[in-house]
Amino acid sequence: MSTDQLLLRKKTGIRWLITMAWRDSRRNRFRLLLFMSSVVLGIAALVALFSLDARVRDDINNQAKTLLGADLVIDSNQAPDSTEQRLLDTLGNQRSQECRFSSMIYFNRSSGTRLVQVLALGGNFPYYGNLETIPEDAGTTFREGQQALVDHTLMLQFDAKVGDSIQVGELTFTIAGVLTKAPGRSGLSTTIAPPVYIPYRYLQQTGLLQKGSRFTYSYYFQYDDQRTMEDQLAAIRPVLENKGLGYETVESRKKSTGRQFEDVSRFLTLIGFIALLLGCIGIAGSISVYIRGKVPAIAILRCLGAGTTQTFLIFLIQITVLGFIGALIGALLGTLAQQVLPFILKDVLPVQISTDVSWSSIAKGIGLGTVLSFLFGLLPLLSIRGISPLITLRVSVEQKPVWRNYAQVLLLAVIFLFVVLLTRMQMQNWMETTIFVSGLLVTFLLLTIVAVLLRGAVRRFFPSSLNYIWRQGFANLYRPDNQTILLIVTIGLGTMLISTLYLTQDLLMKRVSMSSGENQPNMVLFDIQSVQKDAVTRLVSQHHLPLYQDVPIVTMRIEEINGMNAAAAKEDTLSGIPSWAFGGELRVTYRDSLTGTEKLTAGELAAKAYQPGAAVYISMEERYARHIRVSIGDSILFNVQGTLIPTIVGSFREVDWAKVQTNFRVVFPAGVLEDAPQFHVLVTRVPSDKASAAFQREVVSAFPNVSIIDLGLILKVLDEVLGKIAFVIRFMSGFCIVTGLIVLIASVYVSRFQRMREAVLLRTLGASRKQLYAITALEYFFLGMLAAGTGIVLSVIASILLAKYSFDASFSPPLVPLLVVFFVISLLTVIIGMFNSRGIVNTPPLEVLRKEV
Amino acid sequence: MDTILDVRSVSKSYQSGNKKLTVLHDISFSVEAGSVVAIVGPSGSGKTTLLGLCAGLDRVSSGTIEFNKMRMDDKSEDERAFIRNRYIGFIFQNFQLIPTLTALENVMVPMELQGERHIRAQAVSLLEKVGLGDRVHHYPAQLSGGEQQRVSIARAFSTSPKILFADEPTGNLDDETSAKIVSLLYELNREAGTTLIIVTHDAELAESTQRIIRLKGGHIIADEQTHHSKPQL
Repeated sequence: MSTDQLLLRKKTGIRWLITMAWRDSRRNRFRLLLFMSSVVLGIAALVALFSLDARVRDDINNQAKTLLGADLVIDSNQAPDSTEQRLLDTLGNQRSQECRFSSMIYFNRSSGTRLVQVLALGGNFPYYGNLETIPEDAGTTFREGQQALVDHTLMLQFDAKVGDSIQVGELTFTIAGVLTKAPGRSGLSTTIAPPVYIPYRYLQQTGLLQKGSRFTYSYYFQYDDQRTMEDQLAAIRPVLENKGLGYETVESRKKSTGRQFEDVSRFLTLIGFIALLLGCIGIAGSISVYIRGKVPAIAILRCLGAGTTQTFLIFLIQITVLGFIGALIGALLGTLAQQVLPFILKDVLPVQISTDVSWSSIAKGIGLGTVLSFLFGLLPLLSIRGISPLITLRVSVEQKPVWRNYAQVLLLAVIFLFVVLLTRMQMQNWMETTIFVSGLLVTFLLLTIVAVLLRGAVRRFFPSSLNYIWRQGFANLYRPDNQTILLIVTIGLGTMLISTLYLTQDLLMKRVSMSSGENQPNMVLFDIQSVQKDAVTRLVSQHHLPLYQDVPIVTMRIEEINGMNAAAAKEDTLSGIPSWAFGGELRVTYRDSLTGTEKLTAGELAAKAYQPGAAVYISMEERYARHIRVSIGDSILFNVQGTLIPTIVGSFREVDWAKVQTNFRVVFPAGVLEDAPQFHVLVTRVPSDKASAAFQREVVSAFPNVSIIDLGLILKVLDEVLGKIAFVIRFMSGFCIVTGLIVLIASVYVSRFQRMREAVLLRTLGASRKQLYAITALEYFFLGMLAAGTGIVLSVIASILLAKYSFDASFSPPLVPLLVVFFVISLLTVIIGMFNSRGIVNTPPLEVLRKEV
Repeated sequence: MDTILDVRSVSKSYQSGNKKLTVLHDISFSVEAGSVVAIVGPSGSGKTTLLGLCAGLDRVSSGTIEFNKMRMDDKSEDERAFIRNRYIGFIFQNFQLIPTLTALENVMVPMELQGERHIRAQAVSLLEKVGLGDRVHHYPAQLSGGEQQRVSIARAFSTSPKILFADEPTGNLDDETSAKIVSLLYELNREAGTTLIIVTHDAELAESTQRIIRLKGGHIIADEQTHHSKPQL
């Protein structure tokens, strides 16, 4: 018997299973393709990102030299001394130098002022790639005279034209060209600090090289032979490190650019991954309903002698093939989207991205889509094994409950493991993987719990006093074949992603703009020399502006921490002191009291002025101290522009950095730094844009070296930067929302035959077409409302948590935009629901009754 | 004649909440090969349950069922599926055709399950025999009730089963079509020598068989021969 049976099963084989899968799909192809469309967008998003990732890696390699513009760059935050200069003069076959700093510039024609990054350039840099300008040759010719290249956004902002003039410090430069791209600079970095190039030989004459201002000097070297560069670098590396000079090679730039991109890419891939998971949940839901409709046919097959495995395999083949087709279409769309992504990401990435097809990414996407739809499709398919042939005789035959089904539990475990492994491939470590997967799991669980509770609540507190149409609409939420949980999870998650994004952006903007309230400072003037201080203060009074703060600033760097210098700290890996603790320039003030944005968290502030001979007790910002591994009582030796000052850490402060005023990592007591070279910062408040422009013009013209930041500019820059980042994230989150809507379309379509039978019965019993439409509209409106509402509530909770723990701010959700999201999603759900159900009401009853599901 | 079906002390119970519901009590009978038997009784008497058990669609709670000298009650579901495919044919009140397959494919499925190839001509011939030679490529939804039942008969006889179970085969059909279907059924029974077990409410159909088993409340209340040596129309 058993041998016979095996022989028989062998004879039918895979060919018959494929034939049956093919035959059965003929009448359901549109429906099956609709299910599979749920994965299409997820795969499209991932293939686009995989392709982008592959392209960018190639592009970084291909354009590595143009990223840096030279073979070697050495950076310093002060002008080189004679030994350093001698050393620099021995390097490279060609040399260029650059000095960059923040400064105000003045557009003579429009009388506009703006804080920019001035780059004084000498030599023929860049050696690889170009300063891309309009006109094209301006990138080279501007060096020939008193000319400048001005960033294109600035040109637009001040309506400037080539040939106009700008004032940089005490000199006037003719605009030789519009700068569109410089080596290694992304659109985002130019938004924050728009660049203006001037020839290096005019730097001194601008009068901006004042002591105390922050300058960065870069020396670019071109080598004919790479090995010479490597040898020379190896020889001078100890000297560079000893003198706190930074250096970069093509290789190191390649790595750092790759790392930056990896972060962006990883984040976006995770959003794409969420879209794919949403789609897969959609597949599982749709197939579950589909299989429920297939129960009679499966029972007939079983009755005719098909084995459990055979019937199961027929549908598994269908789902796998359709998963493959879905993934194929997704890969195609993803490849098309990849042509668009470079345009969307152009501001975030410093390299020119090519759009060649990445076959490996396509293969990866197709494989992933097929496997995931196979796994998620398998979940509802497992129930096939429990279908009894007895159903051919009796419709109501009890099936095994899911929780008793070990195969289902095992499959869920496999899916979970697969998701964890996929996430791990995107993440850097297991910790991040755990956080992401747990977050995802908690979100799914929360959405599911909310959906179950809401469904239960509708049932429990059913509004029986309402009229029939409302009751029927409500009842559809919990009746058999309802899509409540599936739709709330998918649409809810999409809504949650979009609104969390919006709320976070809003939170950041509000946090900055909050400080612009009445009587709050909104303008900072810095780089004021000691000799200019009184004159600038007078100018402030002449404009009837209040003076909130007058802060002296001294630049210095840390020489030793607890007797350990940079070299020793590098040797002693156990100390944990990061190397950047020694190299960086610190801007320090001196005073004997706390400001409104500070709170003492440990130790005591030196309340009295320093007495000669006594120890110097400094106060440190708590987080900074933690990063450089410093505790109360530790000794720090500062190098104040050549003079060494030993100090002891006396206290820690907590600082609110978001307020528009000066904040410091290190505060000295009064009486120590008064005679050190210093500059000043004044903080004031301008009442209007007009007053701001007039005041800025006067300051720039009288004190060209003084730079000004006004809150309006910060807000504008922040808005632009967030806007650019948010657009990219929104683009990816859009995949999630659209996937949610596709799942909605598929779910509505798959249950329409069920609804059709009910509609026919209702019509037979005398329901009008209008009443049927109203019932359908109400059902989908409730669904949309529940889904959008749940998503929004969760996003508000997420934003409150983000505000509390990440941004340390209070948060009150903006009501109007959230209401707009709520109604748009609800309405969209109704429109899709109604559109898909349109045939139901219009179909003649007999046609429906004869139609096979 | 040989016994093809031997039902011994069969009971069937279902658990309904905390209550145990017994629908068949200690049923025993046997059926000779080639005979035509009707099982009759009012609704809820256990007719369909008995048919399901005899055809290996369900398991007994107690007792034994031997089909063609093979015990049915100790077989797994897949083993019973094998027996059904090899030896048993079915006709249902609501036809039970697979809606996504054409008439021809519906008839081919049982043969395909046996691993047979080149069966298309045989299936077409069966459909021609039941008068549907011109509707082979129609889907069930495109056929009338009578036509669907004829496809179902062609399918049932496609594997030359030893026994055919018919559950209310004329229950969904008008009188004229019912007569045609029964005539077709008996004709095929005569030609192939297939044992027929018919569950029916139709007294006239029951009278046309050779033996009537009457059920009531899960018990056999009568088991009588109709004195027909062969089924009568």
